Amino acid sequence: MGTLNILVGVCLIYVVFLFLIAFAAERAALEGKGGWLRSPLIYTLSLSIYCTAWTFYGAVGYAARSGLEYLTIYIGPSLVMIGWWWLLRKLVRIGRSQRITSIADLISSRYGKSNLLAVGVTVLAVIGTTPYIALQLQSVTVSFDVFSSAYGAELTEATQGSNALLVAAGLTLFTIVFGTRNLDVNERHHGVVMAVAVEAIVKLFALLAVGIFVVWGLGGGVSETLARIDASEIGQWQMRGDRWAMLIFLSGAAFLCLPRMFQVMVVENEDEDHLRTASWAFPAYLMIMSLFVVPIAVVGLDLMPAGSNPDFFVLTVPLATGNDALAMLSFIGGFSSATSMVIVAALALSTMVSNHIVMPIWLSTQSVGASVSGDVRHVVLLSRRISIGAVVFLGYLYFRLSGGGSALASMGLISFAGVAQFLPVLIGGIFWRGATRTGAFVGLTVGFLIWAYTLLLPSFGAGTLVSETMLAEGPMGMGWLRPQAFFGITGMDPLVHAVFWSILLNTMSFFIASLVGFPSPLERLQGAQFVNVFEHSSTPQSWGGSLAQTEDLMVMAQRIIGAREAQNLFEREAKRQGMSGLLPEPSPDFLQRLERELAGSVGAATAHAMIGQIVGGASVSVEDLMAVADETAQMMEYSSRLEAKSEEQARTARQLRQANEKLTLISEQKDSFLSQVSHELRTPMTSIRAFSEILRDSDRLSEDEKIKYSSIIHDEALRLTRLLDDLLDLSVLESGRVNLNLQSGSLKGILDHAVSSALTGAGEYKIRVERDSAVEDVMLNTDLDRLSQVFINLIGNAQKYCDASVPKLRIEVGRSTGALVVDFIDNGSGIPKAEQAVIFEKFSRTGEQRVKGAGLGLAICREIMTRLGGAVEYLPGQGGAAFRVTLPEEAALAAQ
Amino acid sequence: MSAKHNIPFLERQSYRRRRLIDTIRMLPVIGAVLWAVPLLWRQSEDSGTVLTSDAIIYIFLVWLLLVVGGGWLAHSLKRSNAEEQERGR
Repeated sequence: MGTLNILVGVCLIYVVFLFLIAFAAERAALEGKGGWLRSPLIYTLSLSIYCTAWTFYGAVGYAARSGLEYLTIYIGPSLVMIGWWWLLRKLVRIGRSQRITSIADLISSRYGKSNLLAVGVTVLAVIGTTPYIALQLQSVTVSFDVFSSAYGAELTEATQGSNALLVAAGLTLFTIVFGTRNLDVNERHHGVVMAVAVEAIVKLFALLAVGIFVVWGLGGGVSETLARIDASEIGQWQMRGDRWAMLIFLSGAAFLCLPRMFQVMVVENEDEDHLRTASWAFPAYLMIMSLFVVPIAVVGLDLMPAGSNPDFFVLTVPLATGNDALAMLSFIGGFSSATSMVIVAALALSTMVSNHIVMPIWLSTQSVGASVSGDVRHVVLLSRRISIGAVVFLGYLYFRLSGGGSALASMGLISFAGVAQFLPVLIGGIFWRGATRTGAFVGLTVGFLIWAYTLLLPSFGAGTLVSETMLAEGPMGMGWLRPQAFFGITGMDPLVHAVFWSILLNTMSFFIASLVGFPSPLERLQGAQFVNVFEHSSTPQSWGGSLAQTEDLMVMAQRIIGAREAQNLFEREAKRQGMSGLLPEPSPDFLQRLERELAGSVGAATAHAMIGQIVGGASVSVEDLMAVADETAQMMEYSSRLEAKSEEQARTARQLRQANEKLTLISEQKDSFLSQVSHELRTPMTSIRAFSEILRDSDRLSEDEKIKYSSIIHDEALRLTRLLDDLLDLSVLESGRVNLNLQSGSLKGILDHAVSSALTGAGEYKIRVERDSAVEDVMLNTDLDRLSQVFINLIGNAQKYCDASVPKLRIEVGRSTGALVVDFIDNGSGIPKAEQAVIFEKFSRTGEQRVKGAGLGLAICREIMTRLGGAVEYLPGQGGAAFRVTLPEEAALAAQ
Repeated sequence: MSAKHNIPFLERQSYRRRRLIDTIRMLPVIGAVLWAVPLLWRQSEDSGTVLTSDAIIYIFLVWLLLVVGGGWLAHSLKRSNAEEQERGR
């Protein structure tokens, strides 16, 4: 009993020592003196949590049962480590650049920060890890049992149970104290890592000590031991090739996918360069760990009575040979293996549970949102602590319920096969951009269902969860679905069968579902980010920060990463932006950095959601892109509208300029009108005055002369009267006070009258008029006298101005868009383009003043036609001067 | 002038570095192949099967080779990285 007490004492001292080491490491890290904490050696040693109690005790039992097969469990990880350049380097870089906190976080981040996926991975990881934790608790209690029974103190089952509970409680306490001391933005736990590293040395030392004792103390040297191995029942190479290959693959896969391995390898990684050292140092560690396993097994088989449990030869061989101190060391070694595994596994799982299950639920219950709710920091820590307790308790529960029956090694392998289901999604995610969330979800689901159906459920023994008939004949008699012989392929090893089918179908369904589906924009951005992590290391999505309130962000950040850290971060950021004070601009760049910092504490999906709550926009969604595109389209439309408007304005300006030119011209015409009028009035007045003076003053005038002079006076007076009549007429027409005398008559008649009166007195120079009397037979209802005046004027103009040698005038009657048009076209040289605009103005006369006229005729014509509701225009391009008189429709129609 | 002289030397360095990384990539493949050799060993019960002690020696020799090789390559890579950085300055 004394030795047992010493054992308990040593155990307690060891535990206290671990607490102190962890505490010292935390302190050193806090004071910034922990340079040695971040050495590649510590990193390598921390990886040794791969070697659990299963390795420490179980490997010997495994070797005693199946020879060298146990080596596969170490060869797989060795190959993965040596092949670090392929996979681990990328994984670590992604983990660091994206601030990944767990394997669930990695997978969810990669597939568009999907929380559903994270929850799925978390649940599966818990299912896969719980038996493993139970295994550790079992190994500690059983090893204690072995020790005490060696001293004749049989432990009751109740004592065993309470021992396990005690260990579980102690481990929970340790993990809570050092795993959730603070909410570190980098999610690194120096205390835990340090303790794990020390335990790694302890277990290596213990196993080496037992091995050396066995080889040189009991076996009598290397060659004798080798001979003894060959002579033993495992002395010949008997290996199923499929198991050998499959187990190497399986252990390598599990090494990458186990949550606890991911924790120490990626999350706790301080420096990518450490991986370079660990790439050869960790295989060396594994090699040394497995070196003495076979000798211990063989000597144990020789030494121990038949039927004793080979799983505990490491303990029982020294005990049987009376080496208490060595046995105690070995016990401590096993204890170390078990505890370090449970601590890190609980830490990793609690991070996942807390970040992906508890926090989202808690956040969704806080209807007010992250910025105004309570202290998130406390909630995160509390949920972590509760999760740690829950995870360890789950392991304990499993241990109690399963009764610790099955052999350690097979339980470990089942767990390996479970977490290996993450492998296709993980590898696909970091090497293949086409992998989608749906694919990942389908692949994981298929893989886990097959794993549970072919391996987990049958492992509880035929007749418990899976009935014997189902095992032999398949569910409902479907033979091809037998849990251990899919598609009727019998004879496969159950483990190989399960791993082969689950991984194969997992990969296939992941691949096919990825091909068929279409990823969301965020997924595609994250995919590019992960796959091309070495090309660019910035985050894909940017926050539209203009709406964000920096103060709200500050409040939230303080709650999560702590007041001082948050203030430092914000101040640093403000300085970087070149601003004074504490609050930086919420630039997308800053928001991205903040999100990463927060992701270190609460996981990427949660951090994304929290910032999203404050900033407003969730992320770059298709809708956002559409909105942006919409805005652009609107801008383009607006600018084209502006363009149209400015064109219109240019047009208006052009019109205004034309109007202005016309006005200037008219104003000039007005001036010339006045001078014209005075001139026109003065000329006849002058001759009237002169001839009337002659008549008055001279008596010796002949009768002929008197008649001649008085007729000149008469002519001039007539001319004056005509001019004044015209002016009066024009002013009456312009003022609109004219009274129209509407009558009915034929166009032909009017034209006949107009031609004859226009040409009276023209003599031999009479212009020839061409008419088509057939089309002129149109009845009109208008002011016939006024219309006739217009025609007379136009015909008279042609008579006066046509400069052709044989002057001709064509009068054409036709219809244009319903209106009646009468064209007067002569064969002269026409009117120059420059003058066409002004010929209808008063006193405008063309070029050379060949014929006398006041220049009022066309102005009067235009006024008359306007009054009649029609128009008179110059018709260009007819070969000579051409005028078109347009009569309104009603004038023509009313008469018909 | 001196920069021009340096170029062949530098290019040779980065060429070496690339081949070094190729070797690092190749090492796990070599390991996997060597560790797959036991699949070829005879399985029958009669004489001529491989003894466990020989198997142990073979497997651990491969292991040692990989560890030593990996260690040497990792060391060379570090030296090469340092040189690269020096040049970068």
